[in-house]
Amino acid sequence: MIRFLLKGLIRDRSRSLSPVLIVAAGAFLCVFLYGWIKGAMDDLISSTARFDTGHVKIMTRAYNRLSDQMPNDLALLGVGKLLDDLRASEKGITWMPRIRFGGLLDIPDEKGETREQAPVAGLAVDLLSPDSPEPEILNLKNALVRGKLFQKAGDILISEAFAHRLGVKIGETATLIGSTMNGGLAMHNFTIAGTVRFGIAALDRGAVIADIEDVRFALDMADGAGEIVGYSKEMHYDNNAMVALTKQFNKKFEQDKDEFAPIMLSLVDQYGLREYLDLANTFGAIIVTIFVMAMSIVLWNSGLMNGLRRYGEIGVRLALGEPKGTIYRRMILESIITGFIGSLLGTLAGLAVTYYLQYKGIDFGNLMQKSTILMSNVIRTRVTGWSYVIGFIPGLGASVIGTMFAGIGIYRRQTSQLFKELEA
Amino acid sequence: MVLVKTRNLLKCYPMGLRTLTALRKINLEFQRGEFCGLIGPSGSGKTTLLNIIGSLDVPSQGSVTVLDKKIEELSHVEAARLRRNHIGFIFQTYNLLPLYTAYENVEFPLLLIDMPEAKRKKKVMDALDWLGIADKAESRPAQLSGGESQRVAVARAIVKLPDLVLADEPTANLDAENSFNILEMMVKLNQELNTTFIFATHDEKVIRYLRRKIHLVDGQVVKDEIVN
Repeated sequence: MIRFLLKGLIRDRSRSLSPVLIVAAGAFLCVFLYGWIKGAMDDLISSTARFDTGHVKIMTRAYNRLSDQMPNDLALLGVGKLLDDLRASEKGITWMPRIRFGGLLDIPDEKGETREQAPVAGLAVDLLSPDSPEPEILNLKNALVRGKLFQKAGDILISEAFAHRLGVKIGETATLIGSTMNGGLAMHNFTIAGTVRFGIAALDRGAVIADIEDVRFALDMADGAGEIVGYSKEMHYDNNAMVALTKQFNKKFEQDKDEFAPIMLSLVDQYGLREYLDLANTFGAIIVTIFVMAMSIVLWNSGLMNGLRRYGEIGVRLALGEPKGTIYRRMILESIITGFIGSLLGTLAGLAVTYYLQYKGIDFGNLMQKSTILMSNVIRTRVTGWSYVIGFIPGLGASVIGTMFAGIGIYRRQTSQLFKELEA
Repeated sequence: MVLVKTRNLLKCYPMGLRTLTALRKINLEFQRGEFCGLIGPSGSGKTTLLNIIGSLDVPSQGSVTVLDKKIEELSHVEAARLRRNHIGFIFQTYNLLPLYTAYENVEFPLLLIDMPEAKRKKKVMDALDWLGIADKAESRPAQLSGGESQRVAVARAIVKLPDLVLADEPTANLDAENSFNILEMMVKLNQELNTTFIFATHDEKVIRYLRRKIHLVDGQVVKDEIVN
């Protein structure tokens, strides 16, 4: 019997090809949009983690409260011992000290007078230790546009766009004018070793990367650091593990009322990223729901049209002794078959495009010039395990729900009524 | 043996605020092997009576018994089982399944009763052969003439050897020659297999073949005559 019904399904393109194409289109969009949101959100999280928050970050409580002002007067001290303790107790995490600093970058002329000057936001990281993972975390090798990476103390990297704006050349001197940890005037000369472009508008506008020892010296922050960031060795952010780690760490300092006591925050506890992540998940759910509803309506309508067209067939089948329930269940079986095939085709097409854009990406650099979000200009999609199944939810769901609604007509009408319509 | 029995059958349909009485006080008995017809003009209630006998509809009042089963007491599933196992239908407009070949159309009632494939194939080919359309087995309804389509419809109705065949204006869309051929085959079936035929018709070509003529006017039996 199933083979018999399949023959009819295959021969009637309005019952097979059309629903398959509708479902395939919906499943394709679902897989692609999910991959797009996932890719964009993962990129946002990854970039934010690499350049700012780490997977976890330790600061003083006071620094945390004012962290957007880079208050180095509230920075951690005794960082060496704290790092030793952390590296001994949490071996699965890479711990690195960082200092964020602000000030003016002054470019002198040949007489030592100011030629160009501009405000700068800098990041000081360990760049000169031979086993430092920071160059890799910040992806400096790939970001280098001109010059060389760090060779020696006193070297500095500045963003390519910033270098253009200031008209500086590789090897020129740049003076950082800022304030020390204790509030005094800080002036320190650096040598521009190279220029970098991260593909993140917020950094490429005017970032400076310096070695942490130079900045400690310049800002009078011996054995200090604004932040200690931690990354899992695999560079994969595991929210549950990181939240557990922060709880365990913060518990040790629960009784300490000192505002300079350290506090650890996980990635999602910073900059409202938890809300971003929740938003992304909600968007994903909304997209699937919208597609299920929209496609259900389309397929319901298509099912109703088919149902009207099939009144003749249904009337004959009833007359020949096929029960209403059996006809209804077989219509749903047909919808499962078309829904499955459509979902499969749509998912395959969606995965193909998503895979392609995962490597190729789309450059939104021109649209993101004023962006302050740490997000790549090139947005890439992301294929995850969910990508393989998410298209089947609207695909199968809409097909079955649409057919169930359309098929209710069989029960609403008396057999004789169907029969009369058949005769008409 | 009584195959169909109606007692004080009344059938009413709501028509807005009014009620239309399609059948009133119908008391009839049909014996196994009868070749009879419900005769009357349009609106006389013959199709309604045929539908009730075929368990496609239920009486508003009274009782209809088909093969010892009271139609008014049957559930949807039981009514479907009765049609599936014991009743064959022939329609004025053939009502073949357009996506299926002649063979598949005739095969469908046998699929519903889960007949094994080998037996099914033999029965279908026998029926097509018997009606002289075995060479059209792989043709779809759109490729068949009116006469051929109605022969396929007859083959579909009789392939499971039902106790009762209900034929609603079976020759209305056929020319004289095709009507003659179809009716001759039905008579042959009736005689050879003792299948009971009940027609709803006002076609003289059919009426001439009937051995019992039940005349309906405004939902009432006005004459019930046996033709020798």
